[in-house]
Amino acid sequence: MTHQSDLIAEDVVAYLKAQEQKSFLRFITCGSVDDGKSTLIGRLLYDSKLIFEDQLAALEADSKKVGTQGQEIDFALLVDGLAAEREQGITIDVAYRFFSTDKRKFIVADTPGHEQYTRNMATGASTADLAVMLVDARKGILQQTRRHSFIVSLLGIRHVVVAINKMDLVGYSEETFAAIERDYRTFAADLGFETITCIPMSALRGDNILKASEDTPWYTGPALLPYLEAIDVDRDRSGAPFRMPVQWVNRPNLDFRGFAGTIASGTVKVGDAIKVLPSAQTSRVKDIVLYHDTLDSAVAGQAVTITLDDEIDISRGDVIATAEEPPEVADQFEAKIIWMADDALLPGRPYIFRAANRQMPGVVTDLKYKINVNTLDHMAAKKLELNEVGVCNISLDAAIAFDPFQDIAEMGAFIIVDRMTNNTVGAGMIDFALRRASNIHWQALDVDKAERAVMKKQKPAILWFTGLSGSGKSTIANLVEKRLHALGRHTYILDGDNVRHGLNKDLGFTDADRVENIRRVGEVAKLMVDAGLMVMTSFISPFRSERRMVRELVEGDEFVEIFIDTPLEVCAERDPKGLYKKAKAGEIKNFTGYDSPYEAPEAPDLHIKTVDQSAEDCAEEIVRYLEDNGYLAAV
Amino acid sequence: MQDLNHLRRLEAESIHIMREVVAEAENPVMLYSIGKDSTVMLHLALKAFYPSKLPFPVLHVDTTWKFREMIEYRDRLARDLDLDLIVHTNQDGVAQGVGPFSHGSAVHTDIMKTQALKQALEKYKFDVAFGGARRDEEKSRAKERVFSFRTAQHRWDPKNQRPELWNLYNTRKAPGESIRAFPLSNWTELDIWQYIYVEKIPLINLYLAAERPVVEHDGTLIMVDDDRMPLGGKEPEMKMVRFRTLGCYPLTGAVESNATTLTDVIQETLLTTTSERQGRVIDHDAAASMEKKKQEGYF
Repeated sequence: MTHQSDLIAEDVVAYLKAQEQKSFLRFITCGSVDDGKSTLIGRLLYDSKLIFEDQLAALEADSKKVGTQGQEIDFALLVDGLAAEREQGITIDVAYRFFSTDKRKFIVADTPGHEQYTRNMATGASTADLAVMLVDARKGILQQTRRHSFIVSLLGIRHVVVAINKMDLVGYSEETFAAIERDYRTFAADLGFETITCIPMSALRGDNILKASEDTPWYTGPALLPYLEAIDVDRDRSGAPFRMPVQWVNRPNLDFRGFAGTIASGTVKVGDAIKVLPSAQTSRVKDIVLYHDTLDSAVAGQAVTITLDDEIDISRGDVIATAEEPPEVADQFEAKIIWMADDALLPGRPYIFRAANRQMPGVVTDLKYKINVNTLDHMAAKKLELNEVGVCNISLDAAIAFDPFQDIAEMGAFIIVDRMTNNTVGAGMIDFALRRASNIHWQALDVDKAERAVMKKQKPAILWFTGLSGSGKSTIANLVEKRLHALGRHTYILDGDNVRHGLNKDLGFTDADRVENIRRVGEVAKLMVDAGLMVMTSFISPFRSERRMVRELVEGDEFVEIFIDTPLEVCAERDPKGLYKKAKAGEIKNFTGYDSPYEAPEAPDLHIKTVDQSAEDCAEEIVRYLEDNGYLAAV
Repeated sequence: MQDLNHLRRLEAESIHIMREVVAEAENPVMLYSIGKDSTVMLHLALKAFYPSKLPFPVLHVDTTWKFREMIEYRDRLARDLDLDLIVHTNQDGVAQGVGPFSHGSAVHTDIMKTQALKQALEKYKFDVAFGGARRDEEKSRAKERVFSFRTAQHRWDPKNQRPELWNLYNTRKAPGESIRAFPLSNWTELDIWQYIYVEKIPLINLYLAAERPVVEHDGTLIMVDDDRMPLGGKEPEMKMVRFRTLGCYPLTGAVESNATTLTDVIQETLLTTTSERQGRVIDHDAAASMEKKKQEGYF
């Protein structure tokens, strides 16, 4: 699969030598189906002789069968991959295409353009150095051109080609071209692109794709392919300070201890002074190993193994950096986030954050605003939905070494993973660290949790009652507290309704507010455990992830999850507060069990079925559990 | 500062992917088919972990119909490189006498290759398997992720793939689920040949032309590798042939060629006008056949 060259037949060795020095460019094409995006890519493959005879035969047959160009070849068919997409006539996912010329190898990310595919475009843009933005000459700059430009700028792309397509349909008008170019440059002025190059073309007819078109004599700039072959996009990376996130520690024997990783930025030489973050230890580079070769130096993009002069403790996720200009270390950041999942991002809910070879739990502490991807307006928001972009504060469980995404993309990018489904649900770019983390210190106290517990002769814990509204949580918790009180234990009940009258009276019943409700209750319960109390909480707490969040606030056995299991029909029949009747009548929205989900615990510490036993029996079972597991003994 | 050329970029990306798997997986394995792509993948793995030994075993699914030379080559390589080689054959299929002649290519491939692979992954409880597939091979592969997620039933859901951004791969999975990792995703056939040439990677001789006994079968030249081949009255002819892909000998068409050196082969490949998978009998099905096979667990 290559372009044709006479040199192949004449002297293949000389040809291979010449090919070895080829450079590399990854770009993304943006535009909608109607703009001729697939046609453009098909044309690039076709014109650079990258289609084999059998593929061409298949393409011709397909063009006649399902094509949109009559008897002509429909280049788009060459590009649109999966069967389901072909039938719908749209490109759903990100597809990667390959072609090469004598000078360069290209990888093209082809992504769909509709707003509901913003996440696909972000995915394609994340590995691209340049964007080709297709504009229909008849329509000019549209809302989607603005949206695509914003997304690629957000993902750090600095070079844009505006391919003003379908010039044949506007009579190759110079005025039309000039007007669109002016519009684009005006609107894109704030997006931080380093270069913007506008090219008049017709993908269907091949104008200004491989070479200058005779139909646009007034255009003196480069044709698309020569431009893509020539542009230099690498300068930024190799000029930045040296960073290498450690990916894997290579220790075949006691004599060799190497740190393997891909260099994120800059250059490293043998003998360079380095600093390891976050530990801040220093050393010098002893060797740079790549298989049987030892290198004198290595640059951004290379995957190498580095050994150091000193024996220092380094593990996966640490960053080896130049000692002169090391990265910052922090655990709280302001970042831009693109949300990629159907379930919205909720501030306060814990997720896994994955950045440069490390992953750790963290939360979005504050969603400052979301950005309308079409107008770039800022809007207040409580959650971030699929394909939305927001500016957030995030807080990680541990400090990491980082650089702002704008400076070194590899050191400032992260993905967000859902803890339950393990899906990648979002992508983010760090803007800067929040100083708060280093300014608020824990006040060290002399009397600690253990000492308070000894005095009270109990093992403090949160007894977390979860279950549907009307399942009997409060009734049973109340009975448990009475029994414990009679036994001389120190207890407290945090009740859902009561807390909402005070501490949480500013919160409603949306998913976002429910998460915040539980977060606050969790923090209060944690303080009470610290004070040595047995805390009973009685909240519907419908989401697994929030219950898990509270579990992780305290130590392992300080959280006892008690599932009060009463079937929905029974709860609705009991209906002690008349809420089910109202929900049924549509008077209450977001009611758990009706139009808001309840995620039952998969492995509760105690599973109490209320249908066949009295509330007293249920309470008794819980107290027995506490006795059996040492909660009521002196610690 | 000179920028990395395209082969060095691809090399670094592949090494990064392999190290990521080894750092994160509990029990990874590399699928090794003996072909040129597998050979390049193995070479990259040796580079990625040097001076350590390969930190995972290498799995070959033996359908019992591979070219005999492939098996000899495989065993010699495993010895020379000190590989932890696992060979798996679907013994149920052997017991039922499944083969390409008696059962046809589709059934044979399903039972002896696809099912055999699932058996092996389950038997050894591998959670991540490296495969040598490239995105340029075929249209549905162009959309597959580098880290491609499989359900506990080994199925691929093309509509429900995880977004893959930058070089940050999400390797998290539930027990029973597995990941296929494709370090050569962004390589093209030309890149593979160039890399073999530049790195002087030894290849199996079946890629080079030699006098071999062949018969014509439905317009395809098939090498008579052993006496299980029904000749139908035809006499094998000695012809100068070589193979562009390698698999089960009855399913692998030979091409007539005089290319006896690596550079000859590269030259011939570059000048050729039919695409690579043409030589594989298995692909001659309906339009979306590969996508369908992959959903069912074919690599």
